[in-house]
Amino acid sequence: MGVLQDILRTLSLPEFYFAMFRSATPVLLTTLGAMVASRAGTNNIALEGTMLISAFVGVVVSAFTQSALIGFLGAVFAGFVVSNILAYFVLKLNSNSVISGIALNTFASGGTIFVLYLVTGEKGASTSLPSLTLPSVTIPFVKDIPVIGAVLSGHHILTYAGLILVAVIWYMFKYTRLGMHIRAVGESPDAAESVGIPVKRVKYIALSISGVLTGMAGAFLSMGYVGLFSSGMTAGRGYIALATQAIAAGNAVVGMLASLLFGFCQSMANYLQSSPIPLQFIQLMPYLIIVIAYTIYCFMVEQRRKKKQLQAAGKKKG
Amino acid sequence: MSKKFTAIRLLCAFAIAMALSIAIILAVSEEPGTAIFNLFIGPLQSKRHFFEVFSSSVPLIFTGLALGLVFKSGNFSMISDACLYIGGVVTAAIAIEIALPAGVHPVVIMIAAAAVGGLIGSIPALLKVYFHTNELVTSLMLNYVFYYLGIYTITKFLADREAGAFASRKYASTAVLPGILSGTNFHAGYLIAIAVVILLYLLVFKTKFGYEIRVSGSNPQFAKYSGINTSRVIILTQVVAGAVAGLGGAVEQMGMYQRFNWQDSPSYAWDGVIIAILSGNNPKMVPFAAFFLAYIRVGADLMSRRSDVQNELVSIIQAVLILFVTAERFMAGWKQRQEAKKALGGEV
Repeated sequence: MGVLQDILRTLSLPEFYFAMFRSATPVLLTTLGAMVASRAGTNNIALEGTMLISAFVGVVVSAFTQSALIGFLGAVFAGFVVSNILAYFVLKLNSNSVISGIALNTFASGGTIFVLYLVTGEKGASTSLPSLTLPSVTIPFVKDIPVIGAVLSGHHILTYAGLILVAVIWYMFKYTRLGMHIRAVGESPDAAESVGIPVKRVKYIALSISGVLTGMAGAFLSMGYVGLFSSGMTAGRGYIALATQAIAAGNAVVGMLASLLFGFCQSMANYLQSSPIPLQFIQLMPYLIIVIAYTIYCFMVEQRRKKKQLQAAGKKKG
Repeated sequence: MSKKFTAIRLLCAFAIAMALSIAIILAVSEEPGTAIFNLFIGPLQSKRHFFEVFSSSVPLIFTGLALGLVFKSGNFSMISDACLYIGGVVTAAIAIEIALPAGVHPVVIMIAAAAVGGLIGSIPALLKVYFHTNELVTSLMLNYVFYYLGIYTITKFLADREAGAFASRKYASTAVLPGILSGTNFHAGYLIAIAVVILLYLLVFKTKFGYEIRVSGSNPQFAKYSGINTSRVIILTQVVAGAVAGLGGAVEQMGMYQRFNWQDSPSYAWDGVIIAILSGNNPKMVPFAAFFLAYIRVGADLMSRRSDVQNELVSIIQAVLILFVTAERFMAGWKQRQEAKKALGGEV
């Protein structure tokens, strides 16, 4: 009973919803990245490693230039570079995208520690580097509204960027030439080619966009609230984005909701750490809930497909 | 031609990986000679280090076999990670809580770990067959779920409160795999691994089920139309792969550890990917691929102990190898020129 009360009390706190947005941010940005790549027909498994490398580069560049902005740009550029390496192997050398992605993730997890040690002499975290963080933003007027102000104002700049990008990506797929090309290439490369769409170039662009978005997610991790890089700090968020992306099925708004679901679980997990539930059960909850949500989603899609098939068959007979 | 070409391409991939690692060492090290020597020759320096290569290749053989089998069936599940980890947890539980006579204890542990591994391995497959989920996505999420469950089991029921760090109580002395060669950590687990290699080879190439796996992997449409129950193949292969990985966790724990202290999930399943690729998903070649990776690992450990270069260099070598070995069109231009030459030569 005590646990239920804890949950209800947590749900009544505005800070809880604030934390939900905060936890959702890196997953949201990466989900959008995964979505752009996936719509162009390439599964970007390398997101996990891309995010890790970007987080690392952001910290190092900001520490050495003493400019948070340049650090951020470095992180984004790193994301761009990594996704282009993936694109080169997948598109030019015909590699399997999943296996190349796994290779890049392996590279990222070891490579970041290798370089971290070279720079700081430590393998765990970049504590000794004077790295900078990106600012939080208070929204005028909104911040004065009770409750809503506490939930929506004062977030990290990249949280707002993520929310704005949801609209941008949604708009891109729906109304722009590039978005339509990406969709066409993903749905049927042959058909796209036959109407003169440069398939490979579109895929390169899509993967680059996914790298840039994931780079922003990496920057959020290491230059957001924490302000340091620690080895393996992405903790599977790149993989979670694959699941949330699959739930979203190409719709940026659904992608945002799925990311918020993860943020909700993660933030709830943080609030329940002092409750009698064993810590590990709380920690595994976000992953479990995402798997369940994803499974239910896939099941529903399949049911709908079957129903449609039946209807089509019925019509033919009639 | 194509076999020769594959071999040459493989060699080139190795050459690139080696050249890159040497270049990195030269760039970052103040004692590059010592580093390079230990990385490549280190394991040959003593009997102890050489047999360490064999013992470190044991978990890699198990995950290489598991991943190879899954790939062969045309699936892409990473659940072997969870299977191996929980296999280790099961080992700890039985080795600590249940008293059994010497010969029986390891056998019971291995059967239990394999059974639990098979059970866990089946989950992404069942989800795929009944709910049409992508097995890669679900397995990646479930790995975290099982990892935390494993940590919970150890800390709640098996932890050694006096250890000061994350560790279980000590295993019973009956629950160990005997060493084979004194002065080394080479243990009987290697023989078990080789036995599993032979069994899986027979399964894949000499049985009807193995044939079904191969057909489902290489041509799923054909498999369906020729009456193969592909759902059954998907589920059973992942059960077998999970059991192999779970067994691997048990063998590794009993051969190399006296208490469970895997605070992070060891990345053997991810290493299994490169082993599966290098072995061409053929069980017969898995021990060689695993030997190679273990050799580099042991060499890198020696390098990091004796010079200023860290052993994470291995991840970079590993990544470069995977990238180039699997790049279908890597050196395609060269192949084309060779073929053209041959064709033209024939004409004249």
